[in-house]
Amino acid sequence: MTVSAAESPLFEFLLRQGDNALVLGHRTSEWCGVAPVLEEDIALANMALDLIGQTQLWLGYAGEVEGAGRTADDLAFLREVYDYRNLLMLEVPNGDFGRTQMRQFLFDAFQVPWLTRLQDSKNTRVAEIAAKCLKEALYHLDRSSHTVIALGDGTEESNRRMTDALTFLWPYSGEVFKDDATDNAMAEAGVAPLPSDLHSVWLETVERVLTEACLTLPEGAFAQSGGRTGFRHTEHLGHMLAVMQTLQRSYPGATW
Amino acid sequence: MTHENEWPLWEVFIRGQHGMSHRHVGSLHAADAEHAIRNARDVYTRRNEGVSIWVVEAGKITASNPSDKGPLFDPARDKVYRHPTFYDIPEEVGKM
Repeated sequence: MTVSAAESPLFEFLLRQGDNALVLGHRTSEWCGVAPVLEEDIALANMALDLIGQTQLWLGYAGEVEGAGRTADDLAFLREVYDYRNLLMLEVPNGDFGRTQMRQFLFDAFQVPWLTRLQDSKNTRVAEIAAKCLKEALYHLDRSSHTVIALGDGTEESNRRMTDALTFLWPYSGEVFKDDATDNAMAEAGVAPLPSDLHSVWLETVERVLTEACLTLPEGAFAQSGGRTGFRHTEHLGHMLAVMQTLQRSYPGATW
Repeated sequence: MTHENEWPLWEVFIRGQHGMSHRHVGSLHAADAEHAIRNARDVYTRRNEGVSIWVVEAGKITASNPSDKGPLFDPARDKVYRHPTFYDIPEEVGKM
């Protein structure tokens, strides 16, 4: 049973934060053991673990707010596709290493100013979680932006791959800025700023890094949507959850 | 992958939480010095080992030749008086 946004915008808001971290964390973990070089493999595993740690904080609090006795694990492993509230960009398959890095960068460029603002939330739990996550996000942004620059400004092939990655991801990148009723409720309550308020600072970071990476900002403001509202996920999320949730689905309540 | 396409090797030195100087912890591959620092952070400090990282390109290190071991190190062997073990160090001096 999901509480509707109208009933508890805070719960909805927390699911969005937690599901973004969870889905990106799981996607990132898919690189474990198969990344192009050992050093990147370990870095990606670290990043995945950071994100799963953030998930525990957000979804743990979401469970408390919901008040139905669900834990972070219950929310992560026992919800269906349509209950997820993550951005579509984070659930699409990793693609090549370049696309994974480009996605991480586009997300980090939002997360850093977003979490910075959330530190001033009137909800102290939100402020505390944001402060903890921000330290990790700052490192992630440092790493992903340098990697995007290195690959964009690298060889002919790496530049072509990064251009392809950007072309593929760009239509997904605008979803986060589409304010809705939940965002308005959070802004009114002083819990969070409106995501649309952060668009210009996000774009500034993206333009600066892409320019240094010899990549061209794609034109067009069309943005896919439906992930963070749960209205319509891509076909890929169900497949991802099938893998991610298989243990809890097969052996309910299993612990270690 | 051909050799020319490989990132150079870097030696990594970490200063630990309580350590007084940087210690060699291992090596890794990276495209440049900044990249090496980030890789070192991820490879060698994930269990909270360090507070400071140094990296140096392995090729930039000049090492003593193993075959020079005799002339370099043997003469010090019979000069036990160079060891400070014959002195009592006052406690107030602390760690040396």
